[in-house]
Amino acid sequence: MKRSREQRRIRLRDFLTSLCFLMPSLLGVGLFFILPFGVVVYYAMIDGVASKNFVFLDNFTRLFENAAFRMAARNTLKFSAMAVPLAVVLPICLALMLECRIPGKSQFRTFFLSPMMVPVASVVLIWQVLFNYNGTVNEFFMAFGAERIDWLQSDYSMIVVLLLFLWKNLGYNMILFMSGLANIPKDLLEAADVAGASETYKFFALKLRYLSPTVLFVTILSLISSFKVFREVYLLTGDYPYESLYMLQHFMNNTFRSLDYQKLSAAAVVMAIVMVALIALLFKIEDWFGKDVEG
Amino acid sequence: MSGPVNRHPYHKAAWKKKRVFGRTAMFLLCLAFAVLFLLPTVLTITNSFMSESEIKSNYGMIFSTTSGGFVSKTVNLKFIPDRVTFSQYVTGLIKSPEYLLKLWNSILLVVPIVIGQVSVAAVAAYSFTRWRGKIRSGIFFFYVILMLMPYQVTLVPNYLVSEWLGLLNRPWAIILPGVFAPFSVFLLTKFMRRIPYSLIEAAKVDGAGEWEIFTRICLPQCRAALYSIAILVFIDYWNMVEQPLILLQDSDAQPLSVFLSQVNAGEIGLAFAMATVYMIPSLLLFLHGEEYLVEGIANQGSVKG
Repeated sequence: MKRSREQRRIRLRDFLTSLCFLMPSLLGVGLFFILPFGVVVYYAMIDGVASKNFVFLDNFTRLFENAAFRMAARNTLKFSAMAVPLAVVLPICLALMLECRIPGKSQFRTFFLSPMMVPVASVVLIWQVLFNYNGTVNEFFMAFGAERIDWLQSDYSMIVVLLLFLWKNLGYNMILFMSGLANIPKDLLEAADVAGASETYKFFALKLRYLSPTVLFVTILSLISSFKVFREVYLLTGDYPYESLYMLQHFMNNTFRSLDYQKLSAAAVVMAIVMVALIALLFKIEDWFGKDVEG
Repeated sequence: MSGPVNRHPYHKAAWKKKRVFGRTAMFLLCLAFAVLFLLPTVLTITNSFMSESEIKSNYGMIFSTTSGGFVSKTVNLKFIPDRVTFSQYVTGLIKSPEYLLKLWNSILLVVPIVIGQVSVAAVAAYSFTRWRGKIRSGIFFFYVILMLMPYQVTLVPNYLVSEWLGLLNRPWAIILPGVFAPFSVFLLTKFMRRIPYSLIEAAKVDGAGEWEIFTRICLPQCRAALYSIAILVFIDYWNMVEQPLILLQDSDAQPLSVFLSQVNAGEIGLAFAMATVYMIPSLLLFLHGEEYLVEGIANQGSVKG
C-alpha cells in the first residue's frame, strides 16, 4: 500500500516535470494555433462578427457556391494531382541513379539538392526570361517550327509552375528516398542476387516494399508543398494570374483584403478537414501496403 | 546470409561489359540532370554581373515597356557577361538604401524565428523524449497534424491572434507564430529518442536533476541535429511569401523575398544582383552544413513513431 503511494507520487512528479518542459511550446501553440482555430470554427458557423447569429452550415454552402472558390479549389487540386505523383516518382529515379556506382556521386547529390536552398524569389527572373512570349523556350521551339506560346498567359501556365515546383522540391525528396534505400537490409538484397533476381524484381518486390513508409511521407510532404505553390505563382505572375493559376491561397488573400471573416473561416475549416482526411487515407494505404515490413 | 557469392566465370565478362555501358549511360544522365538543376541558379548569378545596358539589350523585349536605347528583337539569354561589372551591387547595396533595408527586414524576421523555434522545440522535445504517456503521445500526434497543415489553414488563426494582440503589420505577427511552429519539435524529438537511455539513467544515478540532464547530456548529444534543424527552419522562412503578404500588408517591414517580385521593369539588372545577394546566406549555410542538412532531412523518414 505504502509503496504504491510512493510510486504514484513519483509518477505525479514526473508528469509535472514533463509538463514544465512542455509548457513554453504548449502555451505558444495554444495561443497562436489552437485557441484561434477554435474561434475560426465558431466564426465559420455564425452569420457575422457583429450579429453573431448561429447559422451552422450556411457559410459552407455559400463558400461552395462561390465561383472563385470553386475555381481556386479546382486549380489547386489539379496542380496537386499533377505535381504529387511526379514529386514522388522522379526522386525515386534520382535516388536509384545515385545508388549505381558512378563517379562524383556526392557532387551530384549536392547539385540535385542545391535548388532547395535557393529562394524562389531569386530565380523567378530566369523563369520569366525562359517562358516569356519572346523568351528562350519559345526561341528554341520556333527553331523546330513550333508556334510561339505566351506560356504564363495560357493553359500551359501550370506546366511552367510545375517545372519550378519540381526543380525546387526534387532534391529534398531524393534525400528522403536515399536514406530509405540505405535502410534496406543488405543481406536481403544479396540473397536476391544469389537467387538470380532481376533488378526490376528486386525493385518492385523488395525495395519499394521497404520504401513504403518513405513513399507515404514524401507523398504527404509533396501534397503540402503543392498547396504552397501559390508562392511560385505569386512571384511569377503577381496578384492576378491567368485563370488556370488562380490558387486557393489567391482566394484567401483576396478574401483577407475584404476581411470577410465568415468566408475565410469556412475556407480554413474546409481545408483542415480535407487535409486530415487525406492524411488519414494515406496512413491507411500505407498500413495496408507495408504491414509486413514494419517492426 | 552474407557469404561469398559464386558467379560463373564465363558469365562475368559479358556481365561486366554490360555493367560498364550502363554505368556510363547513368553518369551522362546524372550529368544532364545536374546541368538542369544548376542552370537557373548559375544564370542568375552570372547575369548579376552585367551592366544595366547589357541587361536591357538582352532582355529588353521582356521587361521594359518604354524602351529607351537599343533593344534587341529577340531575347538573348547569356551565360557570360560581355564585361564583368559590380555596378549593380554598388547601386543596390550602397546607392539606394531600399534593398538593403528589405534585406535587413528579412534578417530581423528570420533570425529570431530560427533561434526561438529551435530553443522552444529543444525543451519540448526533451519532454516528449523523457516521458511518454497517453496524453503526451496524443499531444505529439496533434503536433504532427498541425505541422502538416498548409497556410490556408493556419494563416486565418494567426491573423486573428495578431489582430487581438495588436500585432498586425508588425514583425511580431510573423515571428511569434514562427517561434511556436511545431516542425522543430517533431524533428528534434525524433533525434533525441535515439540518445541511449543508459546515458540518462547514469546521470540520474549520479544525482543530476532533469534540467542538468537536459543541458549537460541531451543538448551536447544533439548538437548536429540542432544545427541541421536550424538550417531547415532558416531556409523555410528565408523563402517566405504568404505570411508577410497577409500579416504585413501595408508595412515597411516586408522582407526582400516579397519585395523582389515588385521590382519595376527598369531595374532588372539590379533585381538580378539583389536576387543573388538574397541567395548568398542560404547558399553559404548549404555549403557549410550540407552533411548536417542531409542528415536532418533523412531523419524525417516517416511521420510515424
